[in-house]
This record gives sequence, C-alpha cells and structure tokens, in this order.
Amino acid sequence: MAEVEETLKRIQSQNGVQGIIIVNTEGIPIKTTLDNASTVQYAGLIHQLVMKARSTVRDIDPQNDLTFLRVRSKKNEIMIAPDKDYFLIVIQNPSD
Amino acid sequence: MEIVHVYTRLRGEFGRQCLFSDRPAELLVDVPPDPRLAQDFIQKNPRDQALQACRDMSEHQVNTERFESDSCGINHVEGGWPKDINPQEMEQTIRYRKKVEKDESYVNSLLTLGSVMEHCIRQNNAVDIYQEYFEDEDEVEESPEPPSAKTINVFRDPNEVKRTVSCLSWHPDGGKLAAAYSCLQFQRSSRDMSLDSYIWDIENPNRPELTLKPASPLVCLEYNPKDSHTLVGGAYNGQIAYWDTRRGSQPVETSSVEQSHRDPVYKIIWLQSKTGTDVFSASTDGQVLWWDVRRLSEPTERLVLDLSREGNLDRALGAVSLEFESTMPTKFLVGTEQGVVVSCNRKAKTPAEKIVCSYDGHHGPVYALQRNPFFPKNFLTVGDWTARIWSEDIRDSAIMWTKYQTSYLMDACWSPVRPSVFFTVKMDGVLDVWDILFKQNDPTLSLKVCDEALYSLRLQDNGRLVACGSQQGGATLLEISSGLSTLQKNDKSLLAAMFERETKREKVLEARQREIRLKERSRSEQSREGEPGREDADHGPDQLIAKAQEDFYVVTEMERRRRDANQEKDVCEEKEVREEETSGTGPSQ
Repeated sequence: MAEVEETLKRIQSQNGVQGIIIVNTEGIPIKTTLDNASTVQYAGLIHQLVMKARSTVRDIDPQNDLTFLRVRSKKNEIMIAPDKDYFLIVIQNPSD
Repeated sequence: MEIVHVYTRLRGEFGRQCLFSDRPAELLVDVPPDPRLAQDFIQKNPRDQALQACRDMSEHQVNTERFESDSCGINHVEGGWPKDINPQEMEQTIRYRKKVEKDESYVNSLLTLGSVMEHCIRQNNAVDIYQEYFEDEDEVEESPEPPSAKTINVFRDPNEVKRTVSCLSWHPDGGKLAAAYSCLQFQRSSRDMSLDSYIWDIENPNRPELTLKPASPLVCLEYNPKDSHTLVGGAYNGQIAYWDTRRGSQPVETSSVEQSHRDPVYKIIWLQSKTGTDVFSASTDGQVLWWDVRRLSEPTERLVLDLSREGNLDRALGAVSLEFESTMPTKFLVGTEQGVVVSCNRKAKTPAEKIVCSYDGHHGPVYALQRNPFFPKNFLTVGDWTARIWSEDIRDSAIMWTKYQTSYLMDACWSPVRPSVFFTVKMDGVLDVWDILFKQNDPTLSLKVCDEALYSLRLQDNGRLVACGSQQGGATLLEISSGLSTLQKNDKSLLAAMFERETKREKVLEARQREIRLKERSRSEQSREGEPGREDADHGPDQLIAKAQEDFYVVTEMERRRRDANQEKDVCEEKEVREEETSGTGPSQ
C-alpha cells in the first residue's frame, strides 16, 4: 500500500507530468489526480483505445501482446501502461 | 470433302465369325495445303501472348450517390460500476475504490506498471524524439513541382430549381463563404424559384449554415471586412439590403425601392470610413450610389456615368463592375457594359469633374475589374474573350493582354499573395490560372471545374483556397498548390520591371502615333491644292466613315464589273459550246 503511494508520488514529481489515472478493466477510475469530469472522459475513451490496440497487436501475431502505448499530440503526450487487470495512464507535457 | 469408306459383304456370309488380320497403314486421303486460302489470313509475326497462372480478376469502380450525413456527439456517462453501486453516491464509490486498493494483485501490478512508466517518462524528458535537425535547410531545396489544384468540396444549391451563383464573398477570417444566388438570364426566372442566398461553412457541404432571405434574389453579396457579422447585398430589383448574422435570416434593413437602382445591382463594395458603415453600389441603370447602412432609406450620394459629364441618365453607361482600393480612398474604377472602364474621383468639387478619364478596350461588358494588390497602378479587366492588364497612365490601350480565348471570360481576380498570378473563369466551365512571370501566352494551369458555365470567382485572403460558382448553383472550393500561392523572392521586383517595360512600350507607341498624326496634318496643310485625291488630315469620325463608305462602293463596283465581265464571257462560251453541239449533233442525226 505504501509502496504504491510512493511510486505514484515519484511519478508525479517527474518533469512535465500533468496527471495520473489508474483504471481497472471495467473502465472505472480507481485513483486519479485530475478532476472528476476529465477523469471520466479519459477513462472511457482510453479504455476503448487500449482494447482496440491490444486486439490489433494480437490479431497480427497471436503470440504478441501490447506492452505500452504512447499517444503523442500537439499539446502533450498520453502514456498508457496496460496490465491484465488495470492500466496506468500518465499525461505528460514533454518539456523540450 | 467427304471421306467415305465402303464395306461390302455377301448375304450368304452374314453371321460368320470375324477374322481380324493386320495390314499396313494405307493412305486414304491426303489434303495438301491450299495456298489460295492463305490470302484470307494475315500473318502476325511475332505474336505476343501473355499467360498467367492465376485467377481472372476484373476491376470495377463505383461512385455512390451523395450520402447525407449529420454529425452529432454522444455524451459519455460514467459507467462500468457493478450493479449494486450507484455511481452518483460518493460514499459507495469511495468504499469500492478503497476495497480495490487493498487488493493484492492491484499492488503488484501497479508496482510493475509504475516502473515501466517511469522509464518512459524519463525517456521523454531526456531527448525530444521528434526534434527537427535540418529545419533551416528546407529553404534551399525547392523542387519545382508542377502547379496543380485540388477540388476540396462542392456546395450545391439545395433547391429544386437551380440558380446561378452570381457572387461569392469570403468571411474575413476565412472559414465561411457567402454565396448569392440569382437567375441572371432575362425573364428566365420561374415562379417557384427560391429567393434565398446562403452562407456555407466550408467544412460542411451538406447544409448551408445560414439562409439569407431577401425580397428579391441577390446578385451580389459582400462581407464587411471590418465586422464579420454584417453583410450587404444588392438585389435583382435594384434594392440594397443589410444583414446581421446574429439577427437571423431576414435583412435588418432594406433600401426603399424609389431611391434604389432601377436595374439589378451588379456590384457592391464596403468603403473605408471612420464609421465603417459606408458602401457603394453600381448597376446597369448608369448610376453609382453611395449608402450609409444605418440609413438605407436614401443614398448619401449619387453619380451618373455619363461620359459627356452632363449627368444625363439617358446617355449614361451601364455599370457592371466596380473597384475600390483602400489605399486610394478617393479614386475608384467602374467597368461598364459598353466595354469602357471609367476612372472616377469621389472628392471632386463639381459633379462634372467626378469622372476623370476612361479606358476603352473591350468589345463587350467589363465583367471583372481589380487592381493588383501589390501594384495599385495596374489593374486587370476581363470582358469579351480576353483579359487585359492596364496601367493607369496609359489611356489608349492595355499594356498586356491575353489572346482571344475560345469562350467568354466571366470573372477574374488577382492572387492576394503572389503579385504575378491571376485567375479567370470561363463559360465552358474552365478555371485558368495565369502566371505572367512564367508564361504569358497560355495559362499556367487550366482546370475543367464543371460542365456548365462558371460565373463567379473569389480567392480567400491566404491565397490557397479558391471558390468558383457555376450556372447550376454549384460552388466549388479548390486548393491551389503551394507553388502558386507562396511568394517567391524576386516576384515583386521582376513584376515591377515587367510592368515598367510594357508601360514604356505603350508610351513609345502612343508617342509615335501622335508624331505620325502631326506629320500628316502638317503635310496636308502644306499641299492641299496639289493632291485632291489624297487622304486628308481631318481624322474626324464622320469623314472617316464617309471615306470608308466611298472605298467600299468603289471596291464593290469593281468587283461587280469584273464578275459581269466573267459572266458574259461564260455566257459567250456556253453559247459557243451549244452552237457546236447543235452543229455537231445536226449532221450526225
């Protein structure tokens, strides 16, 4: 429990990190540092994206699996680390 | 040819067993090749036959009918919660979350995910993977791509009865296009023709963003360059109407019928003024009227386009186009139906002085008139089958012109970014892009936009988007390739040199003409008695006409006499021939 907190705090303290969301497989945000409205939006939309990305990778090669997903946009970068039951979403503004 | 084998057997030997025996092969028939048959065939040597050991496929292309789509969004509500938990209840959700956080697998998976994530975050902060290393060097390499234009969208008139797009105007910020629809052919408008004009959002070609409902179809329409919510339009019955897009489809104010034009208003332009509410309009009834849009009940000023400067409306020339440049606020140009471009000064003291000079060059109405945005002393006119470029100082003729095209030119405009590029549209549906620094004889790019005639043309201020309107109510939006819409380094200086050169040429020609005339005049004064039959220096039009008539009669007389002489000769010949015949046939009978 404490290690989880510590990990999250470490991530939050990195340069340019704007927010962290932890979502479970059903799309429910477990922990978040953003406001409720944005969290719900991110959780819903990104959940669908990760499912699609994962199924794409596995369709091409069934032995393969998605390990990380980065969505780079004009304003920031959304990084998603998927797992069997949860995913960790971090929104970062690349400073350089 | 029949090959027949006959087999005979005695009746008495029927039923006897067959005794087969071998015997050598016997040639029964030999059919030699007949060379005569070869003449029916042509030998093909070598023969090229492609073989492929795969399935036969065929290619088809299908164009679907226009699909009307509408975009709408769905609002995402929080979901995924298990059935027993109400997402609105804060306590229940918090309790659920706390429960999840205590789960073993949560902690483990989060630790692994956390380390992976940290690695990537640090990566991001370390190096910018999308950094441009050779940014500055892009300027040097400019591969000359062939100029091209691409159609982006077509906005079609949603009504049943299609009307011509007579005028287009871009929103000052560029995201919207206002189009005026009317039927310009005399007495062709049907009773159920809609009177509306539309404002289109360029992203959505399915439905116009706003409908403008005037009392009579609009022939021209202009956005106010200072205030992007207001528009002013000139109608087919001569009235002017003023709209505010925030206030809806009906005009905020319309000018009174008695004070407006008597003919369709062909062009209306916003003026530069302190209040930003001045417009002026031109129509084929021969008047140019100035209005203040706050009070459209009567015009603030009136000018009659009578070249004899008497203000006589009967002798006035009908105006079809108007030009105003904000850098020269007191001067303006009017293009007339008679092919004359009149230059006027608004701030003249007497009405007679308002008309400064005229440029006579076209055989037909001057449908478009525009000053070059970079060189205001030169302006472009379009009328009959040519486009001409004029310099203000040279009155007699244009300094540059295109050759006579195959169909009538309806509209033209300069590119706002490149001083040497201008666009024209023609009645066969072709959009031409001319770059006079590149090629002067032919358009640099010629595109067939649609099958029907194109009536109007407008470029957006960024120089890349062109909208052209057709007779069947379709406004096509095209994007020009970057070669024609980005300013090159030497453009301005080269074009300035070109205009100078052409202007000088015209001046020299004009001076030479004057010299010749003077010489002739002085010569004729000296030797008037000596040569009666000489063409004189009285170059008054009547004398010229009389002389032309005389010449004509003389020539026709000569021709007739010659023909009569020929006919007589023929007749004589015929008579001779007939005599011969009769004389010939006589004795033989």
